Amino acid sequence: MAATLQPPSIAKIPLEVRRVKPFDSEAPSTGVWVGLAAITMTFAAFTSAMVVRQGSANDWRHFPFPTILYINTLTLILSSVTLQIARQGFVLTDQAATIAKPAMNALYGTLVLGCGFVIGQYMAWHELRSEGVYLSSAPSSSFFYVFTVLHALHVIGGLCGLLYVISKLRRGVLRRSTLDAASRYWHFMAILWLYLLLLLWMRI
Amino acid sequence: MAEVSAHAAHHAPPPGFIRKNVFSVDHKVIGKQYYGLGLLAVIMGMVLSWLMRIHLVWPNVAIPGLGALSPNGAPGGLITPEYYLQLMTMHGTLMVFFVLTNVPFAGFGNFFLPIQIGAEDMAFPRFNMMSFWVTFVGFCVLVAAFFVGDGPPLSGWTAYAPLSALPGAGPGQVMGQTLWACSIAIFCIGQLLGSLNFITTTLDLRAKGMTLMRMPISTWAWFITSCIGLLAFAVLLPACVLLILDRVAGTSFFVPSNLVVSDQLITQHSGGSPLLWQHLFWFFGHPEVYIAILPAAGIVSHILITSYRRSLLSHKVVIYCMMAIGFLSYMVWGHHMFISGMNPFSALVFSFPTLVITIPATILTLIWIGSLYGSNLQITSASLFALGFISMFVTGGISGFFLAQPSIDVYLHGTYFVVGHFHMVMGVAAIFGMFAGTYFWAPKMFGRMMNETLGKIHFWGTFVGTYCIFMPFHYLGLVGNVRRYSAFVDDYLAPLMPVHKFITIAALFTGAVQLIFLYNLIYSRFKGEAAPDNPWKATSLEWTVTSPPPWNNFGGKHPVVYHDPYQYGIESSSGDFVMQDSPERIQTVRDDKKLP
Repeated sequence: MAATLQPPSIAKIPLEVRRVKPFDSEAPSTGVWVGLAAITMTFAAFTSAMVVRQGSANDWRHFPFPTILYINTLTLILSSVTLQIARQGFVLTDQAATIAKPAMNALYGTLVLGCGFVIGQYMAWHELRSEGVYLSSAPSSSFFYVFTVLHALHVIGGLCGLLYVISKLRRGVLRRSTLDAASRYWHFMAILWLYLLLLLWMRI
Repeated sequence: MAEVSAHAAHHAPPPGFIRKNVFSVDHKVIGKQYYGLGLLAVIMGMVLSWLMRIHLVWPNVAIPGLGALSPNGAPGGLITPEYYLQLMTMHGTLMVFFVLTNVPFAGFGNFFLPIQIGAEDMAFPRFNMMSFWVTFVGFCVLVAAFFVGDGPPLSGWTAYAPLSALPGAGPGQVMGQTLWACSIAIFCIGQLLGSLNFITTTLDLRAKGMTLMRMPISTWAWFITSCIGLLAFAVLLPACVLLILDRVAGTSFFVPSNLVVSDQLITQHSGGSPLLWQHLFWFFGHPEVYIAILPAAGIVSHILITSYRRSLLSHKVVIYCMMAIGFLSYMVWGHHMFISGMNPFSALVFSFPTLVITIPATILTLIWIGSLYGSNLQITSASLFALGFISMFVTGGISGFFLAQPSIDVYLHGTYFVVGHFHMVMGVAAIFGMFAGTYFWAPKMFGRMMNETLGKIHFWGTFVGTYCIFMPFHYLGLVGNVRRYSAFVDDYLAPLMPVHKFITIAALFTGAVQLIFLYNLIYSRFKGEAAPDNPWKATSLEWTVTSPPPWNNFGGKHPVVYHDPYQYGIESSSGDFVMQDSPERIQTVRDDKKLP
């Protein structure tokens, strides 16, 4: 009786050597670039709205940024670094790829740092509210909240993406292009945040 | 052009009724869902236009049932001026967003783009399903405005601020306007997901041998439209977010200081810019014209070539012209704002590209018409509607020359001339494209042939009817008939009433003719003659599969493309054409060296 080749049970594969599918379509990679183009356009529209609104009346109000924003910035940059470490831990060979345990830890680290960023942003909003700076207090505060909340929502989207990557990885069905797409999105969120911080710092 | 290796988005066959027909990830089912939603929206939009036209010419006629729908807006079935504006707002919104965007782009595009490039499905099938259901939620939120407190909004489909930002601006401006803004924001998300899918699918999932220039013109049109839509809806979405915040959170993005509305001084807002809304809206709004018309142009090109039995004078020039139109569409939004008080120099800056955009549009038209020479035109319902599209596009386009010039637009902007212009060039032309697409592709979509005789009757009734409606609009505008008024009681407008009565009768007639189409579509769907795989002897990949196609399009095989998309007027084993996936050699084809 001829033996049939059965794939090994996922549960039996040690975490260190989970397989990453090397052959897959480029769709996730292209898709994330297209998505980033749309996000760029959205924030460009908000930016132009901010410039126009600031010039339309003399009611622009300046207020100091909560210090935690700068800590959040460092957190997000660090999360990008850990994700890059995780990404480089996926070693691609001809037929399969493996992941080292430190890389997996770096991936979890990215997840934690990303959550930390969102919590930190919430703390910044809370601090501003305690100082009487609300969404409708002034056009400057309106734009501050709009920019930071929408960016945080995008980061939460990125966190969902990372959870998806981890879930695929744990089931041994992660595609390299999916990981690349997720990391590209995450790095973009860090760059976008640096841009927003600079913009808000210059204008507010 | 580098070839792209064949990859297909794989998913398992649908397991049950719900997953197969409702929450389906199959691009064909999603395409039909978009088509069905568009059909529902167009019926609603058409009924609303009837109500407006009837009210304009017979203001004392009580419309049965309307009083029950809106006791305040139409007490006793008589439409109030405010309710007239509410009907107009909903008519415009339904038609522009849920019909003109949905059917030619999302409907036909979803069904045929993957098949025309040889893919098994869209790149992201789940996103695709989400795109439709998000759009459907947007539709439901919009329609809900009919049933809330003071009814739907009255600020028009453009929702000009500051009145759209203030709840006290009139009936429908409380909950109705908020629902409108939420609906459009949701719609934008759906369209962004759809555009992302279209672009990625076109770039990454083409079959072996399907170079970019071998894609059918319809696919090119959907691809270019999705690029336009990706950037346009990404701007409308933030605009809607800011509008919603002005309405519900007390911000002042669009509401200026010292504004008096309904005899009330607005004190809780200040410093906003109403023009900011117009800039954001029209930065989306003008590309939206091409989101509606380019897919129809692509569909019409595809159908005309099949009907001519020859390729167009230049395949590449058609594609480059569509690209040029898409690019220029982002540089002309200010021509919608000539009367906003903009600097005359700015008006000139926007006027120039507006006139330039007519060059690629004219080239397209000349190619469509010029290719008739030496053709072997097959008269079918689809080809008639395709030719009718050209007629509408040209007629509506010519009036655009006038409106592109600021000095003339200042006079005409607030009149029926504009209504006639955009209904012909954007509305009716795109709808002719939809009809052409329906008659052409219904056999493939439903596996049944539509009745050609009924189709031709439908064409002539619609063609004559629409000209009777919209040509007089231009005349009315030239003599100064203002638009958006619910009654014409001024001395200078009263003599125009016979023209309005003629238009209303034409509108009722044209609407009645659509019942023939509906009957034909529904009857053929169930009782029509079974469709062969390739009833029109066409060449592109959708005609290589069964009618309707199997769930995975090509039965698990990966098609290989050997030819340009339109090899007609030649001698081959199959007749006067060679299909794209046929390995048969054509000696006269210039690029046969590219055979894979």
